[in-house]
Amino acid sequence: MNYEVVIGLEVHVQLKTKTKSFCGCSTEFGSEPNSQVCPVCLGFPGSLPVLNRSFLDYAVKVALALNCKVQEYTKFDRKNYFYPDLPKDYQISQYDLPLSREGFLDIEIDGRHKRIGITRVHMEEDAGKLIHQQGVSLVDYNRTGMPLLEIVSEPEISSPLEAYEYLNNLKSIIKYLDVSDCDMEKGSLRCDANVSIRKIGEKALGTKAELKNMNSFKAVKDALSYEIERQAQVLDSGGKVVQETLLWDEKQMKTFSMRSKEGAKDYRYFPEPDLPPFIISADRIGEIKKNIPELPQEKKMRFMKEYGLSEVYAQILTCDKEDAGYAEECFKAFADKDKKPVANWLIGALSAIASSHNRGISEEKLSPENLIDLIVLVEKKQIISNLVGKSVLEEMVNTGKSAEAIIGEKNLAQISDSSFLENLADEVIKENARSVQDYKSGKANAIMFLVGQLMKKSKGKANPKLAQEILKRRLENV
Amino acid sequence: MSISKETVDYVANLARIQLNEQELERLSRQLQGILDFIDKLREIDISDIAPTSHILEIKNILRDDTPGESLPAEKALANAPSKNGRFFTVPKVIE
Amino acid sequence: MKLNTLTAHELIEKLGRNEIISSGIVRSLEERIKEVDSKVRAYVRKGAQGCQVTSHKDGELKGVPITIKDNICTEGFNTECCSKILDGFKPPYDATVISKLKSAGAAVFSLKANMDEFAFGSSTENSFFGTACNPWCLECVPGGSSGGSAAAVAADEAIWALGSDTGGSIRQPASFCGVVGLKPTYGRVSRYGLIAFASSLDQIGPLTKDVRDAALLTNIISGHDVKDSTSVDMQVPDFTKSLEKDIKGLKIAIPKEYFVEGMDPEVKSTIEEAIEKLKTLGAEEKQVFLPNTRYAVPVYYIIATAEASSNLARFDGVQYGFRAESGKSGTEGSLIDMYKRSRGEGFGQEAKRRIILGTFVLSHGYYDAYYLRAQKVRTLIKRDFDEVFKDCDCIVTPTSPTPAFRIGEKLDDPLRMYLSDIYTISANLAGIPAISVPCGFTKKGLPVGLQILAKPFDEEMLFRVANAYEQATEWHKVKPKL
Repeated sequence: MNYEVVIGLEVHVQLKTKTKSFCGCSTEFGSEPNSQVCPVCLGFPGSLPVLNRSFLDYAVKVALALNCKVQEYTKFDRKNYFYPDLPKDYQISQYDLPLSREGFLDIEIDGRHKRIGITRVHMEEDAGKLIHQQGVSLVDYNRTGMPLLEIVSEPEISSPLEAYEYLNNLKSIIKYLDVSDCDMEKGSLRCDANVSIRKIGEKALGTKAELKNMNSFKAVKDALSYEIERQAQVLDSGGKVVQETLLWDEKQMKTFSMRSKEGAKDYRYFPEPDLPPFIISADRIGEIKKNIPELPQEKKMRFMKEYGLSEVYAQILTCDKEDAGYAEECFKAFADKDKKPVANWLIGALSAIASSHNRGISEEKLSPENLIDLIVLVEKKQIISNLVGKSVLEEMVNTGKSAEAIIGEKNLAQISDSSFLENLADEVIKENARSVQDYKSGKANAIMFLVGQLMKKSKGKANPKLAQEILKRRLENV
Repeated sequence: MSISKETVDYVANLARIQLNEQELERLSRQLQGILDFIDKLREIDISDIAPTSHILEIKNILRDDTPGESLPAEKALANAPSKNGRFFTVPKVIE
Repeated sequence: MKLNTLTAHELIEKLGRNEIISSGIVRSLEERIKEVDSKVRAYVRKGAQGCQVTSHKDGELKGVPITIKDNICTEGFNTECCSKILDGFKPPYDATVISKLKSAGAAVFSLKANMDEFAFGSSTENSFFGTACNPWCLECVPGGSSGGSAAAVAADEAIWALGSDTGGSIRQPASFCGVVGLKPTYGRVSRYGLIAFASSLDQIGPLTKDVRDAALLTNIISGHDVKDSTSVDMQVPDFTKSLEKDIKGLKIAIPKEYFVEGMDPEVKSTIEEAIEKLKTLGAEEKQVFLPNTRYAVPVYYIIATAEASSNLARFDGVQYGFRAESGKSGTEGSLIDMYKRSRGEGFGQEAKRRIILGTFVLSHGYYDAYYLRAQKVRTLIKRDFDEVFKDCDCIVTPTSPTPAFRIGEKLDDPLRMYLSDIYTISANLAGIPAISVPCGFTKKGLPVGLQILAKPFDEEMLFRVANAYEQATEWHKVKPKL
């Protein structure tokens, strides 16, 4: 049977402020256990929270970038539950008056655009970390009190791929704002998913399952695909989906039911009495808005318009802010109006090298000017072939030298000297009687083999176009 | 509003407080008395009245994002009823 | 003359003239404690740590010792809120008021004052260490929750003391013990380092032998603190200046609602005499109405217990304090078992009662009916006061409807106990400052306290009226016979 899929994502993003949400402890990752703690984040008796200004500013920035309405009046609430990673046994979060509501994020799949609603973006503090051992759990509170944003989507995502794109775009936007690393492996971005299915045309939502423990965007996609399939099988066989929390097991590529926690959830939210409310004025919102850089979506549109790129190319080049900046410098350094050759080099050869180094193109040791020099030498002056160009590029990246220097040192310039090429052509014709025969008898392809032989003799430096012309001319006389 | 023993038991569990049968009995009775007294609040018309969470009219209390002092781990852990090296320890949490 | 019987301002003067030394005061207090505290039990953990003091003597207090309630954090010294669940807790930091006192040159006593567990009570009977006794009558309670602080000051076991007041916990014991006690305006004194009972109501304040000392101590502990988001950033006046002003022409409000049902007749007549005294000093009496007073106690018991249930969640046996032996370790539920047993065994009856009540009023389905409704009525109570202060300078009431009651008298009836705070609770709900000053004795020789309330941040008015009254009477000079 065919089903319609309904997915909602709940993303937690750790903001890279210098200090924690409510105290001056450092937020650095990977310190010794319980070394970045103080009475406040340890929830020691008598300690009190004071909100970090950057936390609020960053949060407003993200909310605005996600097209949310930032509320003029916002406040914190306590979410009460007992857990050893939560030192106060309540989390300072936001309940009925969150920082912002009603935003959206656009995604694009196979040229089809879709707008996913964002229910709310709110601020809360992170919990600590538990390490489970035989019989005991160890508690490290370094992460406790780190600033988190909770970004809740509307249940408007209809496939694992859409979820994947939503996450990619969300990450891209937040990284543009430079307020989080959005690194799922380090836990600075976490994602839970609610998924249900229903018969096409049915109005009521199906029973949803909550998926947790996905450690990459791909894992989110895989877990959703698995879960959708599982739910479909349950329904197909006449069963009912149970509302439950499921953990994704990356190794087995399966979801597992979490053993139910004792008791129902009753968080007893109430306004945090230790934190007076926050009024965010229109002026303040305006100021923060001014500091929001051009976002990926706008940049993509502009690249298409200004540089004549296809949507796919523009999308690839604007995904990362630094890479986009690098690409733009390259476009500007390239005199021609048609920037496609530059885009090709960026997305092709340079991306290949950069990704083999696990880096972005902007992180390579290559100035835009040097890259453009190379592109001009290959594409316009045809001093070297495309193939040689790629190896020159690799050398440039590794050594930081200019294209011309490398071509000079290694004597890689193409040979366009006709008399030299004529001599080589004659040699090739003499040595490959069979192919010559083939060519003569009408097998046009044979010319390519002969060109290849000539290139070989020239150690790859012959101008291939010229070589072919000369060969053809010489063959006429054979 | 009447409060049953079951409700008190549910609430005690939420609050993670162990009560013996005798305590449960006594607390249910006493809470009933207190709630009857508190129910006096029902007689007031509170429509259009804004709740007071903060008696002071202050707002936007923020601190600058500059690092302050943290506690050395020995101090953080000095009061721990149970620890292992640099960690606090608790009976194993089973998820 | 014994140094321990003097006021802080008298001692500062003597220290300034080098007539005495700080350690001499500490010694005389130690002797007094040895002499009477087995009866009064104003201090806790006496065997464990003696009377160490920490101070910088170059400040204006010149090494005058001060006694601290057991719920205010003192670095390195036990701070247990007189609860088993904080057994052995030594905070790694000082409360802001302690830092301020130290830099003003106070000698901070490591021996802490007895109190109701977590400040839950009006009698000090809820202390894990056993009840403190009233120095005027050892069979009676000293009031609470700052009963130890009040009793210590009354019995000359302390020069002065800090307490905390959430619903009357400074003023009521001050009244019961015949000393001066002030609850400052909410936001005047930093709460950082005060182990929270109800965050929106708690304030730290002084318990002293006279009004001048109260003004002096309030000078030192007041002021903005960047570590407390609810402390107010405003200039603190020199409160001792208020002591120079008379009260001629001041309009003193007498709320009708405070002089009905349940008031002890001796308290009533004592307060009426005090009001007459104020009038002879030039004040004008004005009848006013605080119509929502009758709701103050129920509102308080919803808001205070709700906040307390959350504030006290952290006492769970993980990071500090008492942890019960849990069941089979490593089995499912052993963590929850550890929580429930630690809290079940670590908290006393009143703490459990309040945590459960507070958890209930916040729980699913009851929030609107209880917590939200209480917050709305709190708005009405605040408005009542705003209305009165439009044309009155202060309000005068009894501090407590009765004098000190007998130990055990109300222990099994929580509701009756709660009602003993009926006159003090409103000030916390409205966030306004209030002071209790001795205004006489019952026939049995139990002190009675006069409460004065003023508008927010007008502690100056309280000191002015209280001092004028004190100067015109001798009550504060009478000492209990122990």
